[in-house]
Amino acid sequence: MFEGGIILSKKRAFLFILPALAFVTVFLIFPAIWAIYIGLTNEALTGIFGLNHQFVWFDNFIKAFKDPWFRSSLQISFKFVFGSLVGQAGLGLLLALLLNNKKGIIKELVSNIVIIAWIIPGVVVAYLWVAFLDKDFGLLNSILEILGFARVNWFHTLPVGVIIIFNTWRGTAFSMLLFMAALQSIPPSYLETADVIGASGWCKLRDIILPLIKPQILTDLILLTLWTFNVFTPFILTKGGPAHMTEILPIYTYRVAFMGTCRIGQGAAISTIILLINLTLALIYLKMLKRK
Amino acid sequence: MMFKQRTNLWNNFWIYLILFTLVLFFLLPMIWLVIAPFSSKASLAVKITLPSLNNFRELFKNKIAMLAFKNSFIISFSSTVIVAITSMLAAYALSRTDFKWRSTLLYALLLFSTVVTGIAAMVPLFVLNLRLGLIDSYLSVIFVFIGGFLPVSIFIIKDFFDAIPKDYEEAAMVAGSTPSQGFFRIILPLSQQGMVVIALYIFMNTWGSFLMPFILLRSVNKYPVSVAIYTFFTQEGLPLLGLLSAYSLLYSLPVIVLYIIINRKFGFGFHGGLKG
Amino acid sequence: MHDVAFEKVTKKFGKVVAVNNISFQVNKGELFTLLGPSGCGKTTTLRLIAGLEIPQSGNIYIKGKNVEKLLPKDRNIGMVFQNYALFPHMNVFDNIAYPLKIRKQPQKEIIHKVTEIAKNLQTEELLSRKPNQISGGQQQRVALGRAMVQEPNVFLFDEPLSNLDAKLRTEARSFLKHIQKEMKTTAIYVTHDQKEAMAISDRIAILDKGVIMQIGTPKEVYKNPENVFVAGFIGDPPMNLLDCSIKYNQNKTVLDFLQFKLDISPIRDLVREKVNNEEVIVFGIRPEDITVEYKDISPNSIKGEVFVVERLGPETIIHVKIGNLILIVRDFSEPNINMGDTIWLKIDLNSVHTYKKEDGKIII
Repeated sequence: MFEGGIILSKKRAFLFILPALAFVTVFLIFPAIWAIYIGLTNEALTGIFGLNHQFVWFDNFIKAFKDPWFRSSLQISFKFVFGSLVGQAGLGLLLALLLNNKKGIIKELVSNIVIIAWIIPGVVVAYLWVAFLDKDFGLLNSILEILGFARVNWFHTLPVGVIIIFNTWRGTAFSMLLFMAALQSIPPSYLETADVIGASGWCKLRDIILPLIKPQILTDLILLTLWTFNVFTPFILTKGGPAHMTEILPIYTYRVAFMGTCRIGQGAAISTIILLINLTLALIYLKMLKRK
Repeated sequence: MMFKQRTNLWNNFWIYLILFTLVLFFLLPMIWLVIAPFSSKASLAVKITLPSLNNFRELFKNKIAMLAFKNSFIISFSSTVIVAITSMLAAYALSRTDFKWRSTLLYALLLFSTVVTGIAAMVPLFVLNLRLGLIDSYLSVIFVFIGGFLPVSIFIIKDFFDAIPKDYEEAAMVAGSTPSQGFFRIILPLSQQGMVVIALYIFMNTWGSFLMPFILLRSVNKYPVSVAIYTFFTQEGLPLLGLLSAYSLLYSLPVIVLYIIINRKFGFGFHGGLKG
Repeated sequence: MHDVAFEKVTKKFGKVVAVNNISFQVNKGELFTLLGPSGCGKTTTLRLIAGLEIPQSGNIYIKGKNVEKLLPKDRNIGMVFQNYALFPHMNVFDNIAYPLKIRKQPQKEIIHKVTEIAKNLQTEELLSRKPNQISGGQQQRVALGRAMVQEPNVFLFDEPLSNLDAKLRTEARSFLKHIQKEMKTTAIYVTHDQKEAMAISDRIAILDKGVIMQIGTPKEVYKNPENVFVAGFIGDPPMNLLDCSIKYNQNKTVLDFLQFKLDISPIRDLVREKVNNEEVIVFGIRPEDITVEYKDISPNSIKGEVFVVERLGPETIIHVKIGNLILIVRDFSEPNINMGDTIWLKIDLNSVHTYKKEDGKIII
């Protein structure tokens, strides 16, 4: 089964793998499994249950599904993910298409700006948007005022919209890069043939380009779904407010587990649910990869 | 001919208009980051005032702020180094020996690291570190990062090692090396590029991370910059905007500079699904 | 004492037996070749000597010492790999110097030895270049230099010429032989090219499927192949091998090839005891032991039709069709024949080889 060679004896090879395996087991695999275990208890960080927790079996899970806040955060997450998908994938594709055959300064400039939005640390981006959208001082409102419109309190008027746009701004670069590479891989002869036939831009897009990059589009969508579903940064922007209106599932989990009564058991149950959702998404992704 | 020119011009006009709008969309929020740090009376507004470096001077005087920089650096650097070493050893062993479940193991690891995100694991990781007595210690954050980044790193480095033929190690051994000498003198120098890729990837990903330090660290003097900014903002708020904006700019610089360097050297983009 | 000795060595990879209980000895200063088709076990045998593989059973001796438990580095061998395995991040000087550096020899000595070897191999100007900046032929010499510099007990060559163009190959071949003889170092050479083996070896071991088929000097394996495999493997163009059945008549002994018959009465006594009547055997005759005649003058000559004529300068290769059998003839008289001509073939009975059908072993 395990062939040690002259380069690495069996013993040595095992020793080499050990540290990595240890780290991964303790800090990646074990927590995942333990989440399920804790979810079956009523452990808390404070109060009676902090000292002596008991097994409550599926109580936490049932409580979760019954909790209106849980259901609402699921809904908000759904809207958030959907909006981000449309935004990021859409803008990413648009940018990739527009920049496809351009060279030099314009391409460099545009793509660099989009990528820098991705690279700036999340905390900073959050506060950039706090500043940008501020009702009284923000740049956006100032511009609107100059154009003759009224100032808007964006966080109150369009809470979910705000985090969607924030997340889109942040993450478009990934989709853009992915689609740029995908477009590059289309043999130019396909598009040239279309030109010769006299196809318009729209036709070329619909009939040639999109079908050819379908695998990348699907990959993009699945990965984005997985990542967006798990993103925590909106917390810094809105803390889930106003009035829980932007409380996506990650923020809800944090609130349950670490704020107020710190119901760890409950939080773990929710974590388990998230794990299962992630797992489903990841398996769908793997299946798509295999099909390719 | 004229008709074609007109269509082209018309098309180009729309393309450039859309591009312009998009650029504006991405550029506008960033403006505050380059204006506010240099203004003497900073607010959330974008106001062009006489440039001053006062904010930066105040910032450098602030011990906690500077300490946070050190913390960010310690956490990112340690994670990077430890992942680099452990992933290198594991990847070498996995590359040079073969066993039945090797690829299953690798893909399972990759799957785990994709599924077990910070969000999904935040509760058990907290309790684990609590039990281990590591809450409020750098190690808790570093260990969590290591666990999370190892699978990808091993995957990538193993690829690099696979590309180096075993002949080199065999030739080295016949010429008089022990297997470890072969590893250090021959294999290691040849896989430098892979190590650089991994190091940059981990550093850039850990530099800006918020959730794990936020949950696992308690004392202000252990906070990395990401949590420090959040704390200052929520606790002190507006009066410190000048400081905060300067702080944010400084905080963003290292990764932006790294990006520029990588872009020049390797070109940023997806070649076979890998950054650079 | 032999320089290298193999005693009943077996090496398996999982279920596959690569080297099956083989034994041989190599004499001091000899260039000993392991020859055979791909998968015959020759490279595995070489790697066993080097210590890059560990045998399941058997003993390996280098200069009388049992080396199985020793790591390659302790066996003091110089090996040239098929693709040279020059370290790409080091220049030529460092590549050649590597064995000395690893053994912590003083810098002055290293410089002295490396430059001398470089001179010997005509690679002096290349010392500061990296492997990817020099040609294939030069790389090969650098690999040789790296093997030479440690003054090894044994040289091991793993198909060192297979990556060179045909023209370079002959040149490099004689160069290798020259160096080996000059250094008086025992060398074990692996190749699948029988011509190469014949050209440079002192002795050849022919392997097939992990088993040694014959060991001998080039002359021995050419003139007296001990089994059908060796008979068909050595020689270019290869020996004519045909099935036939032997028929003992009152006054004649005849080999019946169905398409023609050959009277072997003069050598009848040599086969009498070993082969029964009507038994099927394999008949072998080398192309150069057949003569071509334009008329039916000799008795016992075979009539055939010229199928193909290959004129290779002084040598002409003629493929002759007899019924549905073909015999290949080598002729040095530059004959004036064409496709379709009728000719007669005369076989030199003193050069006939016969083998048993079942196990290929030699009869005469």
